[in-house]
Amino acid sequence: MSAADPHAEAARLMTICNACRYCEGYCAVFPAMERRIEFARADLSYLASLCHQCGACHSACQYAPPHEFAVNVPRAFAEVRIASYVECAWPAACAGLFRRNPALVSVTTALATAVFLALGAAADGGLATPRNGAFYAIFPHGLLVSVFGLAFAYAALALAMGALGYARLARGSAEFAPEDGDALRATADALTLRYLGGGGEGCYEGRGDPATLRRRFHHGTFYGFALCFASTTVATIYHYVLGLAAPYPLASIPVVLGTLGGLGLVVGPAGLLWLDRRRDAEVADPGQRALQRSFIAMLLLVSATGLALLALRDTALMGLLLAVHLGFVLAFFVTLPYGKFVHGIYRVQALLKHAHEMRAPNPVGIADS
Amino acid sequence: MDLATLQPDVLVLGAGNAGLCAAIAAREAGARVLVLESAPRWLRGGNSRHTRNLRCRHDAPEDVLTGFYGDDEYFDDLMRVTGGKTDAGLARLAIRESGTCRAWMRAHGALFQPALGGTLQLSRTNAFFLGGGRALVNAYCRAAERIGVAIVYEAEARGLELSDGAFAAAQVFHGGRMHRVAAKALVAAAGGFEANLEWLREAWGPAADNFIVRGTPHNRGAVLRALLDAGAVPVSDPKQCHAIALDARSPKFDGGIATRVDCVSLGIVVNRNGERFYDEGEDFWPKRYAIWGRLIAAQPGQIAYSIVDAKALGRFMPTIYPGERAGTLAGLAAKLGLAAASLVETVARFNSAVRPGRFDHTVLDDCATVGLAPAKTHWAQRFDTPPFTGYPLRPGITFTYLGVKVDERARVAFAGGGGAGNVFAAGEIMAGNILGEGYLAGIGMTIGTTFGRIAGTEAAAHVRR
Repeated sequence: MSAADPHAEAARLMTICNACRYCEGYCAVFPAMERRIEFARADLSYLASLCHQCGACHSACQYAPPHEFAVNVPRAFAEVRIASYVECAWPAACAGLFRRNPALVSVTTALATAVFLALGAAADGGLATPRNGAFYAIFPHGLLVSVFGLAFAYAALALAMGALGYARLARGSAEFAPEDGDALRATADALTLRYLGGGGEGCYEGRGDPATLRRRFHHGTFYGFALCFASTTVATIYHYVLGLAAPYPLASIPVVLGTLGGLGLVVGPAGLLWLDRRRDAEVADPGQRALQRSFIAMLLLVSATGLALLALRDTALMGLLLAVHLGFVLAFFVTLPYGKFVHGIYRVQALLKHAHEMRAPNPVGIADS
Repeated sequence: MDLATLQPDVLVLGAGNAGLCAAIAAREAGARVLVLESAPRWLRGGNSRHTRNLRCRHDAPEDVLTGFYGDDEYFDDLMRVTGGKTDAGLARLAIRESGTCRAWMRAHGALFQPALGGTLQLSRTNAFFLGGGRALVNAYCRAAERIGVAIVYEAEARGLELSDGAFAAAQVFHGGRMHRVAAKALVAAAGGFEANLEWLREAWGPAADNFIVRGTPHNRGAVLRALLDAGAVPVSDPKQCHAIALDARSPKFDGGIATRVDCVSLGIVVNRNGERFYDEGEDFWPKRYAIWGRLIAAQPGQIAYSIVDAKALGRFMPTIYPGERAGTLAGLAAKLGLAAASLVETVARFNSAVRPGRFDHTVLDDCATVGLAPAKTHWAQRFDTPPFTGYPLRPGITFTYLGVKVDERARVAFAGGGGAGNVFAAGEIMAGNILGEGYLAGIGMTIGTTFGRIAGTEAAAHVRR
């Protein structure tokens, strides 16, 4: 992250881009830019979250460094985005955690895992007794529900407050009430990653051909996460509504969903980490690499430990793996509001604003004469 | 790298649109092809990196193009802007071929997008590349390299071994020393001489010192000079060029599209004496912007000032540099370094000559001056709403038209009619065959694409013979 105000740099670039407009067809950023003449903090916070950092505009830019105009939109917007994350962090006292995310994630994971290992060791029979997948014999169901319920509630609250903060930040002086269809459009744009991949060509990872790999790996990650979430939700219904206690058979809905999700969450993050190594260093914000990688690594470790647990749940390793997996999951949720996860929320909010504002004719009335 | 060891069949000089089209076409016709680009990789592509569209004929709405644009209308448009200074046969050929360009371009990685915001008037005639010219050059370079075309950067052709119109080798500066690169055929696609300030000075005199070059500093015309020195028949003349009004604060080289100022037709333009000198409302700005470079070049000090009042703000393409702004004309004059009395007098005379009308920037409206010389024939509105905004303007030269004469097979003509027929030209270096003067938006890329393909195909055919 550069020391200078990222908003000032982004405003400088938008002034150049608005006079050029060659990249209009790539994504939502440029049509949104063309609806503005001046770029205040609110506008830039909004535009930055529309940017999926595919690199297409940078690859096409006649003003990219070493040109003296030094236009690097993906990089500038990456820096504005992290400034938004920091600004919208809740509680505000935790804002600094974004900059120290890898340390936060490591320490939290270590502590959470240690606590579960200690609790497990203290349980009747300890961690090393084979229990045929009977998790609750080590960690009582009530304990897990309260610990994870609290962690999840905290994460949800902090994320919701962050989203409110971002809504205020990106709104600026222009209030808007989404109309019918805006949410549908924005959701579809988000779920399909419509703008990740420069007008259909894919992402520009370096000097080579553009490729749609990043979108695929991101889909693996996102939908993997969604399936795991669905698995937990179904399991909760099983437990409380149907009165069925875990462990569930391999062919049961929670296990199938969780396994598929876990696989997506292994392949997706692994692919994203691999792509991150190949990524054009010019486009990426080096200050954010750690934020990005620690989040992806965390997803990978949560799913890998989960799959290992599933595979070995009938062996003597189950207790150990369970403690480790629970440690990772707990740390994942607790640190969620201070990591890369928030990008998805702010992006959807920005896409919603975009879907709404694109309904109206461009308020900047440049005559097409 | 020792370039002498490459021994291509076809040597292409210049990795802009024309050169890359030629290289791909020649390679696909079976030739071994080497492209030499004088610029470093990041600056490759010559002026093509700043382009955004090409003008295409079509009989019905096709992909990104609306309506229809037939050969005759296209030809008439060309005749009008060039005042008839065109080789009708070559022009008809380029127009005919323009209809086939997009499919070929797509097959080689180009992507298109609908006409850009602020350019809807071009949606019928011009197809815009997604991401602009640099994206197109990137796509072509990838396509060329994929099929085995070699591209070497920072390789500047400084001389040609040409006798009686037969090409033997190029003298190339690369890696700190000269190399002799022999080939069976040459495609000269190295652009005009617009970045050669000494040559511009020869043509324009000291006025050239105040020109801003819109493209790369590498378009120095060395290949054009070598061809002309070897007896190639010239077309057009050294003073003919595409030149527009640019913000005077633009970089000396390579400012591209973003440094233009598009508010001329919404206000008035004065020279450094505070006097108007041309009808700012003669026609729609996209049809007139390319004459303003020459108009400003003819003014004292080669500088002018575009001035608008608050009514115009937000109605023209945003500018890269902020305009000077003041609440009074005298205040604006002071900021622009003009004599206040003169500017105030010019505006007062203009205001009193403005006839009431219905202002509409989307049509040739009836807002005009009466009894004023020069007149403003459309969009004339009184300066009555402060603040007033002014932009300093310089001539911005895009490309020069002096070139080499070619035939319909893109073969360069030599004095006396001799030659081995192994010298071909494409792009700006021969655009003067079709553009004797004036300009038609997007035709530069049409000429480059059509004659690039022809040159590449013909060069490969020559090698096979």
